Amino acid sequence: MRFNEPVVLGIESSCDETGVGIVRGNKLLANAVSSSMDEHVRFGGVIPEIAARAHLEAFVPTLQSALDTAELALDDIDAIAVTSGPGLAGALMVGVSAAKALALATGKPLYGINHLVAHVGVGVLEGTVLPPTFGALLVSGGHTEILKVTSLTNDVQLLGSTIDDAAGEAYDKTARLLGLGYPGGPAIDKAAKDGNRKAFRFPRGLSLPKFVGSAANPGKHRNNFSFSGLKTAVARCVEHFEANGEEVPVADIAASFQEAVVDVITSKAVRAMQEQGLKTLLLGGGVAANTRLRELLAARCTSAGIELVVPPFSLCTDNGGMVAALGAQLVADGVAPSGLDFATDSSQPVTQITLR
Amino acid sequence: MSNYLAIDTSANASVALVDETTGLLVDKRVSSKGNDQTETLSAYVKELLDTHGQKGQDLAGIIVGVGPGPFTGLRVGLVAARTFGFVWQVPVHGVMSLHALAEQVLESSDVPAEFVVASDARRKEVYWARYDNSGTMVGGPHVSAASALPAMPVFGVGAGIYAEQLEEAGAKPMPESFEWIADAGFLARRALSDLAGGKDLSDTSPQYLRESDAQIPAFMKQAKA
Ligand SMILES: [Zn+2]
Repeated sequence: MRFNEPVVLGIESSCDETGVGIVRGNKLLANAVSSSMDEHVRFGGVIPEIAARAHLEAFVPTLQSALDTAELALDDIDAIAVTSGPGLAGALMVGVSAAKALALATGKPLYGINHLVAHVGVGVLEGTVLPPTFGALLVSGGHTEILKVTSLTNDVQLLGSTIDDAAGEAYDKTARLLGLGYPGGPAIDKAAKDGNRKAFRFPRGLSLPKFVGSAANPGKHRNNFSFSGLKTAVARCVEHFEANGEEVPVADIAASFQEAVVDVITSKAVRAMQEQGLKTLLLGGGVAANTRLRELLAARCTSAGIELVVPPFSLCTDNGGMVAALGAQLVADGVAPSGLDFATDSSQPVTQITLR
Repeated sequence: MSNYLAIDTSANASVALVDETTGLLVDKRVSSKGNDQTETLSAYVKELLDTHGQKGQDLAGIIVGVGPGPFTGLRVGLVAARTFGFVWQVPVHGVMSLHALAEQVLESSDVPAEFVVASDARRKEVYWARYDNSGTMVGGPHVSAASALPAMPVFGVGAGIYAEQLEEAGAKPMPESFEWIADAGFLARRALSDLAGGKDLSDTSPQYLRESDAQIPAFMKQAKA
């Protein structure tokens, strides 16, 4: 195996995207993704059983498509990596079972890896050079996390995360309340463009002194998020207009909701970077496409002297390329493969970068 | 001479190697648990291939149970079988998993003129189908409460779990079969006879028999377009 530039095939199935990506070292060769998103639209959120059914049908065609794009045969692959968690259990099992079959049938080593760390690992692709230690902010339909990355392959620490809904979930639920459809992120982002973000002052979760404490004496939830109170506040606001027979100011509510989410996420992330002495922040996850999040985060990072790294959007949403990218780092670092016996872990902690 | 690899995960993970020409079982592995298909399946396949010096690309084909069965486990076997077929470039044949139970019934000394096989569908229901004594399916597959089964001998783990309800409904649960779950060896037996009879088994679509259970939320129905 070429340890410096291993060819790694990555498989992702933790939510509603079936992804197969191929990298050679830090170079992305293919990134085939099949999404079942359209099938979830009428439900206003991801239905795990529908996602799992779609993974089964999509896997082999997506694999074929990735190999075609990369112009490689399975013989050319050095190792296989697959998301073992966190994610939807039934969805994860389709990808992991397929990955094990692929590894066994080809005789290639298999790595069961952490989905969240893969969102960070994608940052090394396409010539981006990351410093030895950096921070990451992951925001998507399934996660909202602040991470400290000392080594992609053996030292990742969770600084904070949501204690209830993920940010993307809050977007989906609010979009439903406002009749804006699914997925909520782009729908609210669009509606918010015509709205006044100061029209309503919605709560910033876990921002009270009793949760936050001080740098010297941090509170329990200093770096954590909560979006359930925000969702309730938006619902009350909508009800208020409806009860008075007034038209609901959708654009203003969307803009004010978005401001509340983005304000709390960016301020907590930037503060965490400062307190950890981290000079670089990588943004990942599907909500990275949100214009207001990028705008405010960029501004706050600049004033704090922090370099912000945002991978291309196609690498921020769930995909196989990010799994392959982390897999290639693991191979290059000589980390032992996971074998064929590991189980999926729907709540795999970030400290568990690879299973063994 | 070569073997078929048979996989069924409609209940516990069950894997068998079956002789291509004689249809006889070479070897098999079965899990004692109903929820560890992801962990055990590939290891069982590897063990069988290694033990018998069988190369994957030299297999006569792969036979896979398409259910019905609990969805998550079922998919583990289906995606693995399709992937093996893709990599080794060998045909994958889909067989309904209840046929494996019917084949097991046909082994016994006196096979009833008509009978039912039933597996565990959870949620107080069984997956079931009706067969004649030649093993031909004459009704089903269905998913329902055990009390809805016809008044005839019932074989399989479904009969064991719901023996009382079946008796009350006038059916005859057969005690010797109370532990029977879909077995890859019996599944392969059905596949080989179907293939010999010229049947097309190329469809490996899962037999879910149930919808995804997803409900359109009330507020989506009234949402503005
Ligand atoms: Zn993700």
